[in-house]
Amino acid sequence: MAEELLVEIVTPEEMVFSDTVEMVTIPGGDGEFGVLYGHAPVLSTVKIGELNITKGNRKTYYAVGKGYAEVTAKKVTLLLEKVVKASQIDKERARRELSEAEADLSRMTKEDVGFQEVSERLSMAEAKLKAADKA
Amino acid sequence: MASLRDIKRKIQAVDKTKQITRAMNMVAAAKLKSAQSRMENFRPYAEKFMEVLNSVALRVNPKAHPLLAVREAKKVRVIMMTSDRGLCGAFNTNVIRAVEGFIRHRTTQQGQAVSMVAVGRKGRDYFRRKANIVDARAEVFKQFDISTAADLGESLISSFINEEYDELYIAFNEFRNIASQRPRIIRLLPIASPESGVQLEPEGRVDYTYEPSEEALIDELLPSYLRITVFRAMLETAAGENGARMVAMENATSNCEEMIESLTLKFNKARQQAITAELMDIVGGTEALAKSG
Repeated sequence: MAEELLVEIVTPEEMVFSDTVEMVTIPGGDGEFGVLYGHAPVLSTVKIGELNITKGNRKTYYAVGKGYAEVTAKKVTLLLEKVVKASQIDKERARRELSEAEADLSRMTKEDVGFQEVSERLSMAEAKLKAADKA
Repeated sequence: MASLRDIKRKIQAVDKTKQITRAMNMVAAAKLKSAQSRMENFRPYAEKFMEVLNSVALRVNPKAHPLLAVREAKKVRVIMMTSDRGLCGAFNTNVIRAVEGFIRHRTTQQGQAVSMVAVGRKGRDYFRRKANIVDARAEVFKQFDISTAADLGESLISSFINEEYDELYIAFNEFRNIASQRPRIIRLLPIASPESGVQLEPEGRVDYTYEPSEEALIDELLPSYLRITVFRAMLETAAGENGARMVAMENATSNCEEMIESLTLKFNKARQQAITAELMDIVGGTEALAKSG
């Protein structure tokens, strides 16, 4: 059997992805890292950003929310709050979300409650736009 | 003997009730379907999450995070989950009774002070004067997502760190299948330590590299833990409520049918009796006329 890496992506709403792939690139809390078959076991946080999966010379991009990644030699489990496939991103909407979040943020200071939530919304919108460009 | 018109009116009333219970039954069935699939979709996430949490939380130093603190249990808090609406059989009564027993046991036998966070209107209404409710969320089940649970989780975390309570429990109806829900009370905090019997299978233990650090990871995982367990209990409650209502309304509908049947029988008998009485009158009348004539 070929050396295949099993990747599972789960969100609170559904199981988004479950398949064997060649490589997955994860936006980790300490920076982006790529995982191939036989990777050393890692438990990492995941930042809002862009995740991509390589399978059969094709790269698929996703915009992802916060979460965790559990990496073992044969399997990667990703627990993420939100996942949007790049090809399904509505750029118009993402742009609107971005400007809304920017407007909200400009009215707040770091001490405000909800500041973090809004800045997360902002980075999610940015991640969506970036991922959409690559779809 | 009730008059014909009275019986007829009664039949119509019961028939109206039947229409309502049948409609409620169908609404509950539709809602159950979506609630159940939501719950089932969330399960893998929750299970995976618990695996990750166990592999980290069970081996770090309890001093690494204030949420891992184990204090002597003097003050206990219980999250009580009930539905917002009634007409769902013994669904709420079961969990309320379980919590009542729990509170009694804790206060009288162990001398602990019990406070309550009520989620759902029914539980809040019941315990309004009977328990120390510190926080109540009613009308949440109509539409809720993980942010509802996150909000609750956050306030629970800050009050645990402020030592407002030492142990946290959650009481909810576990969804087993459509017809059966079981009240359960589970301890959430402190998190079960390895000594208390939760054992990880030895081959499942992998020595992970933690990114960023173990502490930073714990810092993110623990708040999510409360959020996820609370959300899961909410999903189970939502599904269970509709399942229980579906069954209750189905029973009500068939009871209505039985009642209509027996009332119809009564109606027919009464009608027959009236006809017989009238016939007797006529026959008696004609006979009297024939004699005199």
